Amino acid sequence: MKTDTIAAIATAMTNSGIGIVRISGDEAILVADRIIELKEKGRKLLDCPSHTLHYGFVKDGTDTVDEVMVLLMKSPRSYTREDTVEIDCHGGTLVMNKILELALKHGARPAEPGEFTKRAFINGRIDLAQAESVIDVINAQNDFALKASMDQLKGSLSEVIRSIRGKILHEIAFIESAIDDPEHYQLEDYGTRLFKKLNVILEEIEKLLKNAENGSVLKEGINTVIVGKPNSGKSSLLNAMVGKERAIVTDIAGTTRDAIEEQIRLNQISLNVIDTAGIRNTEDVVEKIGVDKAKEYAEQADLVIYVVDASEALTEDDFEIIEMLQDRNVIVLLNKSDLPAVISENDLHNKLDKPIISVSAKYKQGMEQLEETVEELFFHGKIQLNHEIYITNSRHKYSLQEVKQSLSLVRKSIEDGMPEDFYSIDLMNAYEELGRIIGEAVEDDLVNEIFRKFCMGK
Amino acid sequence: MPGIVEHYDVCVVGAGHAGCEAALAAARLGFETILFTISIDSIAMMPCNPNIGGSSKGHLVREVDALGGEMGKNIDKTFIQSKILNKSKGPAVHSLRAQADKASYSMEMRKTLQAEKKLTIKQAEVAEILTEDGKKRITGVKTVSGGMYYCKAVVLCTGTYLKARCLTGEMVTHTGPNGLQAANNLSDSLEAHGIEIYRFKTGTPARMDGNTIDFTKMKEQFGDEQIVPFSFTTNPEDIQIDQVSCWLTYTNEKTHEIIRNNLDRSPLFAGVIEGTGPRYCPSIEDKVMKFADKDKHQVFIEPEGIHTNEMYVGGMSSSLPEDVQYQMYRTVPGLEHAKIVRNAYAIEYDCINPNQLYPSLEFKTIRGLFSGGQFNGSSGYEEAAAQGLIAGINACMYIQGKEPLVLDRSESYIGVLIDDLVTKENHEPYRMMTSRAEYRLLLRQDNADLRLSKKGYEAGLLSKERYDWVVKKEELIAGEMDRIAKVMVGANQNVQAFLKECNSIPLNTGTSLVELIRRPELNYDMLKPIDPNRPDLPDEVREQVNINVKYEGYITRQKKQVEQFKKLEKKKLSADFDYSEIHGLRIEAIQKLNQIKPVSIGQASRISGVSPADISVLLVYLEQMKYNSRKEA
Repeated sequence: MKTDTIAAIATAMTNSGIGIVRISGDEAILVADRIIELKEKGRKLLDCPSHTLHYGFVKDGTDTVDEVMVLLMKSPRSYTREDTVEIDCHGGTLVMNKILELALKHGARPAEPGEFTKRAFINGRIDLAQAESVIDVINAQNDFALKASMDQLKGSLSEVIRSIRGKILHEIAFIESAIDDPEHYQLEDYGTRLFKKLNVILEEIEKLLKNAENGSVLKEGINTVIVGKPNSGKSSLLNAMVGKERAIVTDIAGTTRDAIEEQIRLNQISLNVIDTAGIRNTEDVVEKIGVDKAKEYAEQADLVIYVVDASEALTEDDFEIIEMLQDRNVIVLLNKSDLPAVISENDLHNKLDKPIISVSAKYKQGMEQLEETVEELFFHGKIQLNHEIYITNSRHKYSLQEVKQSLSLVRKSIEDGMPEDFYSIDLMNAYEELGRIIGEAVEDDLVNEIFRKFCMGK
Repeated sequence: MPGIVEHYDVCVVGAGHAGCEAALAAARLGFETILFTISIDSIAMMPCNPNIGGSSKGHLVREVDALGGEMGKNIDKTFIQSKILNKSKGPAVHSLRAQADKASYSMEMRKTLQAEKKLTIKQAEVAEILTEDGKKRITGVKTVSGGMYYCKAVVLCTGTYLKARCLTGEMVTHTGPNGLQAANNLSDSLEAHGIEIYRFKTGTPARMDGNTIDFTKMKEQFGDEQIVPFSFTTNPEDIQIDQVSCWLTYTNEKTHEIIRNNLDRSPLFAGVIEGTGPRYCPSIEDKVMKFADKDKHQVFIEPEGIHTNEMYVGGMSSSLPEDVQYQMYRTVPGLEHAKIVRNAYAIEYDCINPNQLYPSLEFKTIRGLFSGGQFNGSSGYEEAAAQGLIAGINACMYIQGKEPLVLDRSESYIGVLIDDLVTKENHEPYRMMTSRAEYRLLLRQDNADLRLSKKGYEAGLLSKERYDWVVKKEELIAGEMDRIAKVMVGANQNVQAFLKECNSIPLNTGTSLVELIRRPELNYDMLKPIDPNRPDLPDEVREQVNINVKYEGYITRQKKQVEQFKKLEKKKLSADFDYSEIHGLRIEAIQKLNQIKPVSIGQASRISGVSPADISVLLVYLEQMKYNSRKEA
């Protein structure tokens, strides 16, 4: 059941020292009490006065998740003017995420993009001058969330969800056809049949949830793509960053034909780095696929590292890349600083107004500067997707849990001998929730499905 | 040229199911009303299926009745068979359907109209609407013969008559349904007023001579033994009549082959028809082509009345030529020697894009102009009646300067119907379906009176006596709910024996009466023997108690959803907003919002192309407005 209590990670999603999970709404304190055990045994936040700080532990059942400080702010003396609990935890993306998930499991729902701010505004907390910026926040965060959601779901996960969704919709459409046109479609023994189908679907959902727990649905980190024309030193750069030979490095242009993915931890941030085949117009079919992929990755990435061979003049291929990167988050690396330079930073800067660093991937020179630049971009808010990825991940899990719950309710309705029209209520909830994961609204799906699949009417 | 000039409060154009309700409502609310019809003999005509009600449509009739409309009463007077559909399913989808004696239905409605003091019936084709203030306010209508009828409000219920064209194979006639004269002038006047016109299509099957049908080859379909009336005011005892039967037969491969071989002669497939047809009542050509894997389709043979030999061939509407119709129908068992009395035909007609209407059914651009029924892009007698009633009531509200009657999606099917029409994109004749009502557990046909009587009474159509009874009924239900919540049942011998008799599991310990009612095999009435202090309550009260208890969990959940829904419905938007001035909305949203001019954030959220982020922006904007106006005040 949806509540109007919301939760989200309120700090940047980095592995910094401290992170805050914020819960706001009518049941905020109740939710916090369900997941936090205060040091003072048996004491509940509900009994504590407003604006007090407490020491305790976040618990997942009997397991301790983290040692935390809890700030309690009662309505109306909080940012949102609602009851609010802020859990200061030990940072770390995994811990924050875990705490958020616990809050969601115990009665909160994930905050919509910009929802704390929106509530603050609607509850009269923020003055008018800020109204327009609130709208910007909502729009920006919404775009991020949508984009993040889309990006991560291009692969097999969205296919699985679409297929489950399709199955559920088909069942609803059948039930509804039988209700609308009982003389054409009958529901004898339908409950038993549906029960079996639900078991199969529930198994699939369980599998997805388990994957989500293992973190394989999404990877933490900024999605970073290394691009550049062939033999500019992309693979060497990746190896330099990872610190081990990973990509095949040769002098033959076009060696990397597929994309190689690697997770690299900088000081505080992690990058999911994809090394791509060099971008050039090629006739070689296999290589061509690699090049198209590189372009596609660059389109979707949060950050693009563009490697230029400083010892060679720019070519048509470079201009194509530069064109593609104008609106992206880009760091340009002038590689091969160990060789005599043909291209200067200034030349390049005129064509592509992005941070430029001279490096030698081969001798691992300039790597610190690269790290600093990435962090700078990150902390100045130019790259924020990392944060949203986490939010979406929790959202997905929350949605999957809801789907599981709804489908279990359908099974219960069948077991309790409820009439068939009751099945479609919870089936519809499951369908809508799955739609949230892949960002699809319901609109007229059902009516269309009924007419497409079932022959109705006079 | 001198002509007739008359003055009324309300002009209603069209005397079909929408027009009759609109005219009756206006006259009953005390307004001088004139009802125009192209043929005085076609009042409340049923040009297609000979029945009223059915899944979700039955709900509409009950709601019309609860508000003080006429359809339920009229069918109760003229039905010849009655049946509750979906009886084995939950109470929310139980749906009453009655076969009508078409001629009586029409005649009874005419009598009712004639008996209304403030109502004038006039046979004439309305050719123009009259306006002033730069076409922004209605002042009357003008007939083809030049008669000027000035009024304060107009309700257009032109059904399928505007520029109507009927098609049977290669034969095309420029007529309305049943060969009646089409109305060829009004569309142009509307377009000249900037109204967007759609072209829709629908169809009807042939009528057979019943004397030429071999019913022994068909399966007889009986009515229910216990007849339930449509109207809350009809006494069930008064309508336990002898019923007539319907008959079930099937098409077969031979039928389908004939259809496939003659598709080139079907105007539907030959591209002669421009209009968009309804997917839910496809022609038999459509069914055969779209569902090619089905080797047979059901055919229901339904009487058109007591005094006619005509039988309606439900399930086989068609636009094929007459000769193919003969071949095709005669492949159906029982119809081998059947003679066609009236051919099947497809009909094309002008209607409007209903997005041009407010939820009150008033045109956004022309004050005082209302519309209802198929003219609004819907289909079905019941959908028409529901809109006609609301349009009629709101024409009167407009004249009095009062707030219009707008029902929302959480209180009625009528609300769902109208909200869908005025908010969503609609490219085919719109039919009501229970799946369109997201809160259908609460919108049952059994509680339409509890949901809507207050509104009907406040609007002035429902009598005080009737309303008082509904209030009393509510009290009785609440009282009995309270009582049974406290009744405990002990696990004594008497109770155990009783449960055994009902095939229900014996008790381990004492339990509440409510718990027992919830068991699937038991219900409130059955438990009377172990509930000694039970008061004597009317059927309709006991029914409500039983449903409330049995489905309490689901009902509570839907009520919670309704609370959420209402929050957004209550946030009103002004029609004066220029959405392009609101910073942060996406372009698509701006266009859609400016086109629809939603009355609330809730309605805005249902417009396709308006995203949740856009809604957030609107919410913020609305708060800003409120703050500004507070500050100014």
